[in-house]
Amino acid sequence: MRAAVVVFPGSNCDRDLAMAFREAGCQVEMVWHKDTTLPSGIDIVGIPGGFSFGDYLRCGAIAANSPICAEVKAHAERGGFVLGICNGFQVLTETGLLPGALLRNAGLKFICRTVPLTVGTSDSVYTSGYQVGQQIDIPIAHHDGNYIASDDVVAQLTAEDRIAFRYAENPNGSTADIAGILSGNRRVLGMMPHPERAADAKHGGTDGKAMFASIASALAAA
Amino acid sequence: MLPDKSETIMKARVHVMLKDGVLDPQGEAVRHALGGLGFGGVEKVRQGKVIELDLADGTSEDTVREMCEKLLANTVIESYRIELS
Repeated sequence: MRAAVVVFPGSNCDRDLAMAFREAGCQVEMVWHKDTTLPSGIDIVGIPGGFSFGDYLRCGAIAANSPICAEVKAHAERGGFVLGICNGFQVLTETGLLPGALLRNAGLKFICRTVPLTVGTSDSVYTSGYQVGQQIDIPIAHHDGNYIASDDVVAQLTAEDRIAFRYAENPNGSTADIAGILSGNRRVLGMMPHPERAADAKHGGTDGKAMFASIASALAAA
Repeated sequence: MLPDKSETIMKARVHVMLKDGVLDPQGEAVRHALGGLGFGGVEKVRQGKVIELDLADGTSEDTVREMCEKLLANTVIESYRIELS
């Protein structure tokens, strides 16, 4: 299977994400934000963490309006897979591919530590390697991870089993402890925690590895 | 280089605020700090941003509204107000 990782000015987890995909057996191509097409035959697009465009205006807002993002949106609308992590999640909410928005952490501090997450659903290529209710330890590193959505949106996400991960101990004020959500067709995942930073024993944890393994096996079989 | 004044005689000022009901932790921190300085009676602080645009003469308010909808504000969480002068 083939993955593309988008690189914006200010991305800083792009190579980590590419490495996690590669270790799982994916062929990976890096794509620059000014590119106007994705390489052909891409199964999944990764939007990495970082501080795209210096977080100017709003986190992810300028990246969401970059030329490549029009293509990422078209890829998702065709039923393609997209994984947005941290700043990538912010970009996906700004594009409208995922509902809600990410605000400044309720405690105002940048938080950089490993936190426990509870798996909300195993019904997606991203989470099929986990059990519902399983607790996994994944690092977070963000200043604006406070997920906000209207009560209606949260009710819909809950009813449609689209809350992929919840914080076991809410670090940032996120509504309903939400750490990651899926699109309606379950092919787009946005999450603030960094599974690519827990994908190798040398990272100090490997709880994120199952995500890349399940993506690779599901999309190889597709 | 400074813009040619004859082409930028219009100014728009866009005020972007978090919508009511959206928690504003930064405004809350400012409120605490004002209390710490001895200013009593500050019930609430909301922090927003002001974006000033120099525009070619004849740019319509509708165009500025489109700029707000597409980029300047995230209408999921923010409201905006346009002032033209």
